[in-house]
Amino acid sequence: MSLSNLKPKPNSVRRALRGTLFSATLAGLAAVAGPLSAQTLVAVKHSALRVLDPIMTTAYMSRNHGYMVFDTLYALDSDLVPQPQMVESHTVSDDGLTYRFTLREGLKFHDGAPVTGEDVAASIARWGERDGMGQVLMSFVESMGQDGDNVFVMTLKKPYGLVIDSLAKPSSNVPFIMPKRLAETPSTEPIPEQIGSGPFTWVADEFQPGVKAVYAKFEDYVPRDEPPSWASGGKVVKVDRVEWVVMPDDQTALNALLAGEIDYWESPPSDLLPILAANDEMVVRNLNKLGYQTIMRPNALHPPMDNPLIRKAAIASVYQKDVLDALVGNPELYKLCGAMFVCDTPLASDVGSETLTEGNGKDLARELLKEAGYDGTPIVIMHPTDVGTLRTQPVVVAQAMRDVGFEVDLQAMDWQTLVGRRASQAPIGEGGWNMFMTNWVGADVFNPLVNNMVNGKGPEGGWFGWPDVPKLEELRMAYATSPSLDEQKKLAEEIQKVAYEEGVYAPIGQYFVPTAWSAALEGVLDGPAPFFWNISK
Amino acid sequence: MFGYILQRLLAAIPVMGFVALFVFLLLRLTPGDPAAIIAGDTATPEQLEAIRDSLGLNDPFFVQFFNWIGQLLQGDFGTSILSGKPVIELIQARMEPTISLALTTIILSVVIAVPLGVIAAWKHGTLIDRFVMLLSVVGFSVPVFVIGYLMISLFSMQLNWFPVQGFRPIGDGLGPFLQRIALPTFTLTLLYIALIARITRTSMLEILGDDYIRTARAKGLPESRVLMRHALRNCSVPIITVIGIGFALIISGVVVTESVFNLPGLGRLTVDAVLARDYPVIQAVILLASLIYVVINLLIDIAYVLLDPRIRYS
Repeated sequence: MSLSNLKPKPNSVRRALRGTLFSATLAGLAAVAGPLSAQTLVAVKHSALRVLDPIMTTAYMSRNHGYMVFDTLYALDSDLVPQPQMVESHTVSDDGLTYRFTLREGLKFHDGAPVTGEDVAASIARWGERDGMGQVLMSFVESMGQDGDNVFVMTLKKPYGLVIDSLAKPSSNVPFIMPKRLAETPSTEPIPEQIGSGPFTWVADEFQPGVKAVYAKFEDYVPRDEPPSWASGGKVVKVDRVEWVVMPDDQTALNALLAGEIDYWESPPSDLLPILAANDEMVVRNLNKLGYQTIMRPNALHPPMDNPLIRKAAIASVYQKDVLDALVGNPELYKLCGAMFVCDTPLASDVGSETLTEGNGKDLARELLKEAGYDGTPIVIMHPTDVGTLRTQPVVVAQAMRDVGFEVDLQAMDWQTLVGRRASQAPIGEGGWNMFMTNWVGADVFNPLVNNMVNGKGPEGGWFGWPDVPKLEELRMAYATSPSLDEQKKLAEEIQKVAYEEGVYAPIGQYFVPTAWSAALEGVLDGPAPFFWNISK
Repeated sequence: MFGYILQRLLAAIPVMGFVALFVFLLLRLTPGDPAAIIAGDTATPEQLEAIRDSLGLNDPFFVQFFNWIGQLLQGDFGTSILSGKPVIELIQARMEPTISLALTTIILSVVIAVPLGVIAAWKHGTLIDRFVMLLSVVGFSVPVFVIGYLMISLFSMQLNWFPVQGFRPIGDGLGPFLQRIALPTFTLTLLYIALIARITRTSMLEILGDDYIRTARAKGLPESRVLMRHALRNCSVPIITVIGIGFALIISGVVVTESVFNLPGLGRLTVDAVLARDYPVIQAVILLASLIYVVINLLIDIAYVLLDPRIRYS
């Protein structure tokens, strides 16, 4: 269907009806309905906002909501360098153990209360209970508190090189700052109010879970003077309201955007992008340069995948291009990338990933299976059929594995069933599993501390799949305390090498999801999450 | 009649109880864990357990069930596990779009379909009859989403008469309300016209051959009176049944239509809740749907009596 066929335009039928009673009636109705306010930005999100606590859950919609309502001490810029956000300045004691963060003047919560060091300490403590990188940070922290109202003090037990990087963590869970009374809520229970110090206030009365979330400009927000870059810099709000709506049907979202009923569509499917790209009144651009990493994760607990050779064979059988062609299709929207910490980042490396990106691992996979003495035990792959971005990979991977001699049991289920089942460490016959696939935002896997899959703690403290690889933990701790980026790069490469040797997981492609918006919008920002400050209409 | 209504209402109580138990057990036996959904990817087993505890999901089944029944008896449908909002608020917010769509669809369908069915039967075997039957076949055969997309393409994208999507409550004004409810109504109406017109035609055809119709005509009554007063009224029982069930079907959720036109109705609420394993919401909407079926069946039975004096309930 050509775009011109979709665009509203005068035509003979319309002209013929112009002036008739019917069209006059409709015009009257339209007049009563009124256009959307010029200062209301309506955005179709990739999913519905349901859980409002961005610390309790890792859901990306909750993270995005967090960026609207809450603010952060630091934030990454587009070069992945931490920049102060709520912080005016900080000092570190000579022994590297005491950090003093001075907050900017004029920071207020939405209820009018000033932001204090106590609020910060309580917020960081709560975040540190839930987030992986936060937990590592907390293992180094001796105490946290305030020194005067606007100074937050963190004292460490021993020097830790990633304090600022941790506080600038850009994706789930983001260390958002909230009032102490909210931050004292147990991290397993949702906070009762949405009071932050971010650039937007939460309009609770208009929240309809699964339908609409509404934000209003926070008039008392004091933006930084620097230009915005990713989540750092001045968060200047240029509209009065932002409405996030959910449209379960992509065609409806497309039509609504073309008809001007919405302004912004976070993640249109790749097959509809050509229609949008061909329209002069639309802008289509990838806002997240790190994109998404799609991964296959074997379960190291149960036969036959408790054998690293079998896991490596499964990984060697897969060619990323096959996965990405099926999942994305358009080569401009994907990248063959074997870097566990994502391509185009300081820690990117291709070590150990040749078979994935070259597609030359079939023979190696067969040899590994032979060496491992694979007995034909079926590999149970969980196949979520209800999520468009996850339903393709299991089919492609299963076929690749069958091609080299695996028996595969591809079990269809919905994503939420998978989410529940993947937590099971039970044997295969009692509801266990051998492998599943999922996707990560690049910013969630771009270093060894945030990347859950290179955690080698095993069944106690590891991530689903639970590989028990003490060497990985040694290297991750060495990374956490390494003094320089060069050293971190070496350690990250070593971690990747060990992870591939142990077959703990494999990236099976990096892909990008462009965002589309009306050309009437200006100032849409790049970032690891969708940001709504700086946008004017 | 009052005794009959009371009896039917009392009989509904065990039905609702059985539905409640069935839904509750079915959900608890379905794979999926709302705590895991909330906790996300990085939660430790201890944190998951703590969330389950806080949601009461670690209690024995019967404790959870009786807690829920106890809440229901106090008029409390519980709280959404995910959003933390009272379930009754979520349902109330979704009722208006659904009821609006049901009413506009059924009213428009009846207004169009019943006369069409009557005319088709009256002109049995003619081109008019065949046209109505063709319309009926098309209405049944073409998927609702195809009709919806065609409607949007023509009336929204080409002619700019109606918005593509969305819903505005009638409290915002009749104009905005009608503007947004029109296309989904037209879309569903085609299906219901097909259904009601076909039933009307079939019922009328049975009646029009009866002796009393011949008698009425022999008396010299106008044909319109024969059709509407003598024939239609006497064949209205199956028509009312279809209309009633059709109304209940829309109320209990027309997910495809709601999705195509982005109507925030009960159908979408149900599907979203099922996908998110939001137990209190699923339980409440299924109970509500069951109640709607019970009430509509009762209303249909009452309508039988009003339309056909020969029917008596003891």
